[in-house]
Amino acid sequence: MKRSLQLALALLCVAAPLLAQDSTMKGVRITLQYDPGVRPGVVVLPVSGVAGDSIRAMLQRDLDFGDRVNIVTIPDSMAAAIRSGVDSAGNMKRMNYGVFQTIGALAVVQATNTDRGLHVALHDVVRKQVIDVNEFALPQDTASRAWRMAVHRVSDEVERWITGVQGIAATRIAYVRSHAIHVVDSDGAGDITIPMVGEGLSPAWSPDGSALAYATFGENSRIVVYNLQTGLSRAFGERRNTNVSTPVFSPDGKTIVYTVAGENGSDLFAAPAAGGPPQRLTVGNGTDNSTPSFSPDGRRVAFTSGRAGPPEIYIMDADGTNADMFTSYAFTTKNYRSNPDWSPDGLTIAYQAYVPDQSGIFQIVTMSLRDRIPHQLTSAAENEDPSWAPDSRHLVFTSTRGGDKQLWVLDTQSGRIRQLTHAAATSRLAAWSSRLTP
Amino acid sequence: MRATRSLPAALVLAAVALAACHKKPEVAPAPAPAPVDTSALRAQHVRDSLAAIDAAKRAAEAAEKARADSIRAAEEAQKTMRATLTEMIHFDFDQSTLRSDAQAILDAKVPILQANPDVTIRIAGNTDERGSTEYNLALGQRRAATAKRYLVDHGIADSRIETVSYGEERPIAQGHDEDAWSQNRRDEFTITGGANGTLKKPSM
Repeated sequence: MKRSLQLALALLCVAAPLLAQDSTMKGVRITLQYDPGVRPGVVVLPVSGVAGDSIRAMLQRDLDFGDRVNIVTIPDSMAAAIRSGVDSAGNMKRMNYGVFQTIGALAVVQATNTDRGLHVALHDVVRKQVIDVNEFALPQDTASRAWRMAVHRVSDEVERWITGVQGIAATRIAYVRSHAIHVVDSDGAGDITIPMVGEGLSPAWSPDGSALAYATFGENSRIVVYNLQTGLSRAFGERRNTNVSTPVFSPDGKTIVYTVAGENGSDLFAAPAAGGPPQRLTVGNGTDNSTPSFSPDGRRVAFTSGRAGPPEIYIMDADGTNADMFTSYAFTTKNYRSNPDWSPDGLTIAYQAYVPDQSGIFQIVTMSLRDRIPHQLTSAAENEDPSWAPDSRHLVFTSTRGGDKQLWVLDTQSGRIRQLTHAAATSRLAAWSSRLTP
Repeated sequence: MRATRSLPAALVLAAVALAACHKKPEVAPAPAPAPVDTSALRAQHVRDSLAAIDAAKRAAEAAEKARADSIRAAEEAQKTMRATLTEMIHFDFDQSTLRSDAQAILDAKVPILQANPDVTIRIAGNTDERGSTEYNLALGQRRAATAKRYLVDHGIADSRIETVSYGEERPIAQGHDEDAWSQNRRDEFTITGGANGTLKKPSM
């Protein structure tokens, strides 16, 4: 009943302020209709009020970086026609859908600052109606990291409205620069370093994004868990004549699996994340077993092992049993394949491999668990240490394509690539967080 | 009249006696000193004493030089022993097995470690930049462990040797070619204790 009323209102193309509309829609959603092979064109209207320009720029950039829509800019010749629908306060009173159709937009994002937060409406240009609307609370301090993350969450929700898939803007990427652990927003802004215990490598996110684990190397090598909320660090795993490395959280957050390299090769161990004695998972008999990555259901672990000679990717049960070589399936030649990262949808493992064989140059390769056919994703310069975004579509990795090692983000479907970090010092060993909730 | 005559005589006698009393007993006159050239003598003395000073100085210098030489030699020996203890060993790509040159370098450390049982060392395994950054930490640890095992097998107490891995994080050569890589694939040896004083030379 409510929906039909709304539809009727929209079809009448009323001039009433859109703010007057119900801010939530219950029941069946109306979704944007578009050819799945083509990215829908999306216009983000100018945003009036506090930090309006920043909000618009972030929404546009986030939607662009999501690689599922095409951001359409309003040509100057059309600007006047669009402005004519805006009242003196800067709010859109009347939507001129015909204009947007002319410039190739299927959807229009209209964000309005109100005293209750950011009011956002998504217009379907073809149906000439608002198909989604919501109000988002934003923190007061527009310069804060929390404010930026809140705007990213708006972008991700708008992306879900348009495409049916939530965006990945409200995520962060942890990485290593000069042996300090950095954390940067998915769009490359808001870079910070965390307080370090020793020289760090190999950051890994807890599933809810509230903590980071990393390893220190050299003397007193240990695993450190840094709680981003409390700012406190806890270290464990330190043992004489031992290097510990590559910690990862299990998907339930209760266990940390990491590498213990001692007097006789290296093996994977599992320790309770809250503290407690570790348990050995692999029995490498003097070989190296390292760089674990959990399947999203937590039942299996992919890792690198040299048990058969050159490093290859193996998969075992989470208790250490049933280890099986994964990568050699489609290959016959000797290679160096390492650093697996299991996609959050569970379907694919990304890793690095010498391409061509024995060239000494790593490229990013993905292999589906179903067909086990390797797909080489990169070829320019050297590319290594891939980490999946929560959408199982984007990968962040280290590349030398711009000169020194920096982080780059690849859309595995379109092949589009963008540089995430820019610094004089190298940036490497990236780990992409889950979608971060407030 | 006689008395008058005798008085002067008595006076004379008295005077003589007095005179005799006053004078030292007569001795043989000392021979007149031989005519001597005193300025020449003095010059000789000066020369002699200068020579003596010179000789003493030379002797002191020689002693000092000998002392310095022996200190230097001792320092040299100390330096050599320390250099032998800390000499790096190198590895082939992706390998942790000891090459023959590495074994020879380790062999030279053994007697010094045996002669100085208080000395403790740290072996740090390093890799070149190739291979996986994270997997290289395991390789570095393996390289350190291999050298340690060799020393332990040659009689050095396990507790005296600590191993760590720096993976590819501490390159000493910055290039991106085999020359740099071969230098970086190494174990470094650091003396961590027991060598504040003098190292004892191994008995031959």
